[in-house]
Amino acid sequence: MPLIEAVNLRKTYKEGETETVALDGISLKIEQGEFVAIMGPSGSGKSTLLHILGFLDTETSGKYLFEGKTIGHYSPAAVARIRNQKMGFIFQAFNLLPRTTVLDNVKLPLIYSKEKETDWDKLAKHAIEDVNLTARIDHETSQLSGGEKQRAAIARALVNNPTVIFADEPTGNLDSKSGEIVMEILQRLNDEEGRTIILITHETTTAEHARRIIHIKDGRIESDIGVGKNHRVAKDHQFAK
Amino acid sequence: MNLKSAAKISLVGLRTNKSRSALTILGIVIGIAAIIIIAAVGQGAQNLILSQVKAMGATIVSIEGGREPKGLSDITTIFSDALKERELQALKNRNNVPGAIEVTPFAIVPGDIQYLGKTTNTAIYGSAPGMIDVLTLTMGEGNFFTEDDVVSKASVVVLGQETKRKLFGDSDAIGEKVKIRDRNFRVVGVLSQKGQALSLYMDEAAIIPYTTALTYLLSSHAFHNISIRAASEEEVPQVVEDAKRTLRDLHDITDPEMDDFRIMTQADAVSTVKTITGVLTALLLAVAAVSLVVGGIGIMNIMLVSVTERTREIGLRKAVGATEKDILTQFLFEAVILTAVGGLIGIIFGTGLAFLLTIILSKTVAAGWTFSFPLSGALAGFIVAAGVGLVFGIYPARQAATKNPIEALRYE
Repeated sequence: MPLIEAVNLRKTYKEGETETVALDGISLKIEQGEFVAIMGPSGSGKSTLLHILGFLDTETSGKYLFEGKTIGHYSPAAVARIRNQKMGFIFQAFNLLPRTTVLDNVKLPLIYSKEKETDWDKLAKHAIEDVNLTARIDHETSQLSGGEKQRAAIARALVNNPTVIFADEPTGNLDSKSGEIVMEILQRLNDEEGRTIILITHETTTAEHARRIIHIKDGRIESDIGVGKNHRVAKDHQFAK
Repeated sequence: MNLKSAAKISLVGLRTNKSRSALTILGIVIGIAAIIIIAAVGQGAQNLILSQVKAMGATIVSIEGGREPKGLSDITTIFSDALKERELQALKNRNNVPGAIEVTPFAIVPGDIQYLGKTTNTAIYGSAPGMIDVLTLTMGEGNFFTEDDVVSKASVVVLGQETKRKLFGDSDAIGEKVKIRDRNFRVVGVLSQKGQALSLYMDEAAIIPYTTALTYLLSSHAFHNISIRAASEEEVPQVVEDAKRTLRDLHDITDPEMDDFRIMTQADAVSTVKTITGVLTALLLAVAAVSLVVGGIGIMNIMLVSVTERTREIGLRKAVGATEKDILTQFLFEAVILTAVGGLIGIIFGTGLAFLLTIILSKTVAAGWTFSFPLSGALAGFIVAAGVGLVFGIYPARQAATKNPIEALRYE
């Protein structure tokens, strides 16, 4: 069973009489441990796809299965639990809480988890160490550089030990050097910890860190190719539909 | 997520917006403080007035001649010679009014008192030794005149403290002769300071036996007033009934409308005072309650701003696993914490101000003004404040909870 399976996903938005098609029949499979980059120009539907994959949005038609089950299978509270336990999110704009320390930001997902409160500090510190930000642990987020902010956000995404990390343009707001550091961290998480990473980007240099690159245009998959050493996985799913 | 961590999150949210949180609770602080001040000062005023009314004698039943005029043409009924020696003796009779422990008449003699060329205009009462018990007077010097003095129509006088001072200064008055209406009276006693008793200002009074007054000084033989002290407050209504019956029997009155006397008690005054101050306090509390509602709307307003401003935060929380209930709880907690803290500060602030106000009032208006902490008002204020937070917090909290996480995350 693949971790993620999409079958002919369609997503349309209605505004008055006009209907906008964001996704126009996307089918793909992603296995546990893959590092996939979804590329495409703005308006191609890649963010919409990520939201559906991350249980933040629902498809208009087609079928999306996470660990073999659709979102309709769960209650809203259970969906929140899955987002909390199995998914980590990284955003272009970091979305850290202002006037709050790195430690407290990283603890945020723990508040909504079943972890004991006494363990929160330990888990958060571990995640912060994982992104090499321990020196900044008690700094408020406004005191951090862009790269450090994104590393804090990665620590927050990691803290509940999720199966999959969704990264929406994680380097979009960063200079190339900081972006490189962030991508190296993501790559290491995939290499060493075996975490599934699904990345959205429009920058080729960013996408090159992935093992598999899916190009999307006008809501359709244009290409799905494996790169680097993980070629095998990519090959299996090339043009899956 | 448990309530404890919900409260903690809310506290953090409030702390990151300290000045705004402080300004928001100002409305609640003022509302609750106003309620506390009004309740405290209202209670203090009521206590003061009641204590003064009671000091006049809660067990005194006062009977005056004439009936209540039923209009301008009826005004002459107020003057009456219905109360004379016969009525006094009837009321004194234990068989008629068993609840009375003392009965004393008052005959008011207009005029001056003179001593060695000094004159003072004063209230001269013809009364009896029973007056001491009825008005709870105490002697400063000498003694009150006796029943024998009353029987023998003796020319003796007891002076009020102020009257004595005006005529004699610091020198001894006992045994001296003063002149009232060209008649010599021997001073047998001086009252100690009393102030107001009943509606009589005793410090500036002079008291002579009523027999002497009626015989030598007054043309009428009627008393202005007969006062009865009842054995206890509970006995007052019975004493009133007994006195009425006694006088009606004596005067062959069958129709209460035709009474030629009127009876007053302190109980009437006490209940009137309670009603008046109660209504006034309630009125002011209603005004203060309006300010609480305004404060509540302020809370709602700020919470709505806060929800909009923190749209991204809400989206993020949902993305990392917060349920709608978690978000609802968080924002509801924020509102309730704001109002509860505002309520607490308001109670402390209001109590302090009410205390200060009491000190000022006791120095300027009336010495007997005491501070009383309105516990029920404070409790009600606190609960109302928290309730205001709950009621006015629900709408913004729902707005926050039902936000779509994607929209929220995209929000700029």
